Amino acid sequence: MVETILIAAAALVALAFVLAMLRFLRGPHAVDRVIGFDVLTIISITGIVLVALVEGRAIYLDVALVYALLSFLGVIVAARYLEGGEE
Amino acid sequence: MTLLAPLAAAGFGLAMIGAALMALRARSTAVAVLAAGLVSLFASVLFLILAAPDVAMTEAAIGSGLTTFLFFYVLGRIRREGYDDD
Amino acid sequence: MTGPFALIGALIVLAGAAFLFLGGLGLYRMPDSYTRIQAGTKATTLGTLLVLAGAAFLMPGWWIKLMLILLFLMFTNPLSSQVLARAAHRAGIRPAPETRADALADDQGDAS
Repeated sequence: MVETILIAAAALVALAFVLAMLRFLRGPHAVDRVIGFDVLTIISITGIVLVALVEGRAIYLDVALVYALLSFLGVIVAARYLEGGEE
Repeated sequence: MTLLAPLAAAGFGLAMIGAALMALRARSTAVAVLAAGLVSLFASVLFLILAAPDVAMTEAAIGSGLTTFLFFYVLGRIRREGYDDD
Repeated sequence: MTGPFALIGALIVLAGAAFLFLGGLGLYRMPDSYTRIQAGTKATTLGTLLVLAGAAFLMPGWWIKLMLILLFLMFTNPLSSQVLARAAHRAGIRPAPETRADALADDQGDAS
């Protein structure tokens, strides 16, 4: 029962991943692509937590911790760069 | 449950190829740098699915975090100093 | 993964995944950059927090690491959302035609 629900949750996360990837590939402005990058990072954190749940290994959570610490740095620097009006 | 890991690995591999094509074909530098960071992100999750959490952690810190940060920092610096020179 | 709260935890994880899917759908369907920031950051933050809380129900021994991830996400996601919205505004992106108010432009007046 629990495994089935987790597989359904993984399928929903995969759908969200595909939609965010489509937005990254299409995005008319560079800011849209930065939003897509941010959302893909958050969805990847969730995917890492799901992988850790399925495999049952707590060491996998460290990677999610590194992403939660580091992902916003890239987004903030990219946003500061795009403020100058690139593209 | 045994089929889940190869499926996820295949999906992340396809997404990596898409992001790499995007990094090759993008017209603006910022989009290319973002797509390269995305390739790193997917590679890190792929390493994790293939049961190598230490490699995934290094890839997350260096490839996706530090490289994107460094590229945008240098791009902004080049733009500022170019404005000063003109 | 067979604790007494395993089913509750799995249902919370499923609810978080549903919020993530709604965030992705909004990111794809919304008409302009500002509404995309709204859908893509708020809904996915709630979804990730729910997934982390459900994982803490499923694996009670992991709650310190899950709590750390949750704290960092709660600190950094609104920050990046606000910086992105300001960058979109300064890059001169027009909001969708249905937009009624633009408080940042009203505040700035002719500055910058």
